[in-house]
Order: sequence, then structure tokens, then C-alpha cells
Amino acid sequence: MSLWQYANPVKFLNLSGKVLPTLSVLTVICLVTGMYWGYFLTPDDYKQGSTVKIIYIHVPSALIAINAWFMMLVAALIWLIRRHHVSALAAKAASHVGVVMTLIALITGAFWGQPMWGTWWAWDPRLTSFLILFLFYLGYIALWSAIEDPDTAADLTSVLCIVGSVFAVLSRYAVNFWNQGLHQGATLSLDKEENISDVFYFPLLFCIAGFVLLFLVLTLVGTRAEIRNRRARALVAREKG
Amino acid sequence: MIALLIRDLRLALRAGGGFGLSLAFFLIVVVLVPFGVGPEMALLSKIAPGILWVGALLACLLSLDRIFALDFEDGSLDLLATAPLPLEGVVMIKAVAHWITTGLPLVIAAPFLGVLLGLPTQGYVWIVVSLALGTPALSVIGTFGGALTVGIKRGGLLLSLLVLPLYVPTLIFGAELARRGVLGMDTTTPILMLGGITCAVGALLPFASAAVLKINLR
Repeated sequence: MSLWQYANPVKFLNLSGKVLPTLSVLTVICLVTGMYWGYFLTPDDYKQGSTVKIIYIHVPSALIAINAWFMMLVAALIWLIRRHHVSALAAKAASHVGVVMTLIALITGAFWGQPMWGTWWAWDPRLTSFLILFLFYLGYIALWSAIEDPDTAADLTSVLCIVGSVFAVLSRYAVNFWNQGLHQGATLSLDKEENISDVFYFPLLFCIAGFVLLFLVLTLVGTRAEIRNRRARALVAREKG
Repeated sequence: MIALLIRDLRLALRAGGGFGLSLAFFLIVVVLVPFGVGPEMALLSKIAPGILWVGALLACLLSLDRIFALDFEDGSLDLLATAPLPLEGVVMIKAVAHWITTGLPLVIAAPFLGVLLGLPTQGYVWIVVSLALGTPALSVIGTFGGALTVGIKRGGLLLSLLVLPLYVPTLIFGAELARRGVLGMDTTTPILMLGGITCAVGALLPFASAAVLKINLR
């Protein structure tokens, strides 16, 4: 028994098929609880008014956007080192979720920034690095779709993901170099004195859990679809051949 | 290695389009900006370092797809891959050749174009220094992009999409260095960062490019 047995597509499909219904239900429960609690049962912030509630979408989506890239990086390394196809396909599926999450974080951020900062967009380090992350996602997805041979595509995108990670981190610190920017610092840290108020914190935790589960569900569904897609193509090729 | 370098340079010179095209493109970009933002010299001289950097970056981008594509089509890339010279070395030579045919002319031309933009006199040195330090990184990163897209027909647009985000750190520190130099501010940090990026990229990225080329030649 080890984790690697799920590198076998059949075993992966079996397990993910069994887990998916439970995960989906949990996702819905978490998201509904978090959103309802957040949007209807919490007070308005004394300074930000009701715009503070954007936090329930903005923070979780931003969190997923970054961590999806990390997951892709790990999956890329696993693919390059151990050549498990499921890993490469999971990275592909995660990239699609990740790019949407990045876009959601950028757009909700703009909606939040307009009333609070008086501007939709500022060349603030955090905003800028998220925009760069979005461009990296676009390039990654474009490269996947541009190459026909699946193994070559998996190899090339994996290398791009690794090189891109280095440059993404570099860009993050390069834009930091400009100025401190408008975006507030971290307020969800576990070890800091001054954090977000508990009133907003607990529903936010539900929303974060819901988004993480949503990411897992979507990635699993995407990976399963990719595996089946490849099987279908193999069948077609065999019929013709 | 030197033979390969000379061959590449000769090809770029005689086949045309190497030196001249990027330079002309650089000139046009720089000339177009005043048409776009208006002819006020005060404004232009303020944004001149940025314009020169973005122009150099775009001019560099223009010639990236020919680094490997021509050799890939006529099969000489396969020969190079099976030659005793390690592929990492080939990649490095290609980057150097690209820099000599594209980056170096841009570095030399930049001060003259700076005149058009009303660049302050003390800025000429810094534009040259920042471009001379930064453009090698652009060439090396570009070779990586070229290696990624070598097997793709009409991969030019995809190449730009892949390479431009990778250019961000170089551009930020390069333009920052030029800007600070023009304003007479302290330039130590950006100069060290830019040099660091160029050295790190030159040392590490050829391995990634060679790996990618091997995948594409499989």
C-alpha cells in the first residue's frame, strides 16, 4: 500500500469515483454555510461597510489561485521524475481551475478596490504579481493546447511550470521593489496579534474550506475527464489502425 | 563551439534580417511613442528609459523564433544534438549569437534614440549600462522560449505569450536601473539585481532549454 498505486489510472478512477460524491456534498455544505453566514448573518464593517463581504470570495479564490500553481509544480515534478500520466493530467486540470480562480480574485479585488481605494486597479505589488500569475497560467494552458503529442505536451508544460515558478517568485520580489502599495498585509496569520475580527473569521474559514474542496472536486473531475478523453482517443486510433 | 558561433553569426549576417530588422523595429517603436503620447519633451524625457527598455525587449522578441526554427527545419539541429558538443553548450552559443546580432546593436543604438526622446545627458551612460547588463538575460530567456516552441508551426504568437511573463523581472530591474541613473539616484541595488538575474539565468536556464530541446527532438 502506498500513494503511488493511484498512479494507475484505473485505480485512480475507482478511488476518485468513490470519493467524489462525498466531496461534492461537503463542498456544497461548506460553501452554502460560509456564504450564507458571511452574507446574511455578519454585521457590516465599521470602516468598509458592506464591501467587506467581498472577502468571502476574494480571499479563498486568491488562496486557491496560488496553491493551484504549487500543486501543478509538484505534479510536474512527479511527472518528470516518475512518469505517472495521471500526475501530468492532474496538473492540466488544475491549471484550468487555477486560471479561473486568478481571474475571480482579480475581478473581485477590482470591485473591492473601487469603493475602498477609489480605483479599480493600482500597480500595487500584490495586484501586479497576481496579474503576472494570470499571464503564466495563460501561457501554460496555451502551450498544452498547442502541442498535439500528449507526452511531449506534458514534458514541455512541466518544464515551463518549473521555470515559470522560479520567475513568478522572482517577479513577486521584483515588484515589491517598487513600493509598499495599497493592498493590506496579511490578517489571517495564526501567530499574529492583530488579525481579522472573529465575526468575519469563522464564516471565512468555511468559505476557504469550501473553495479548497471545490478546487479538489473540479480538479478530480477534470483529471477523470482527461483520462477518459485519452482512452477514447486511444480506442479511435486502434479502430483506424 | 567557436565554429558554431561563427557559423550562426555568418548566417544571420548573410541571410539578412538579423541585425537590420530588429534595429529598424526598435527605431520604429521609439519613434511611434511620441506620436502616441504627444511631443512634449518634458514628458518624453521622463518616460524615455522605460520606452527604450520596452522597445529593446520587443525588438529582442521579434527575432526569437528564428533561433532554432531554421535549424530545426533543415535538420541541422538534429546534427547539433548528436554532435559531441553538449546540447547545453549549443543552446548557450545560440543565445550568445542572438545577443550579438540583436542585443548588442540595440545597446549601441539606444543612446542615439535617447536623443529623439530628450533623454537627459547623464542618462546615456545608464541606458547603455542597463541594456548591456540586461539584454543577455533577454537572449537567454528567449532561447528557452524558442526551444519550447520549436516543434510548433506558427508558434510565434505562443512564443511571445510564453516569454513575455518571463521577461518581467529583467524589465523591472533594467528599467529601474536606467530610471534611477537618469535621475541621479543610487543605483547599487538594481545594478546588483540585474547583474544577478543575468548571471543566474545564463548559468541555469541553458540546462532547461537543452532538456526542452531534447524533448522536442525526440
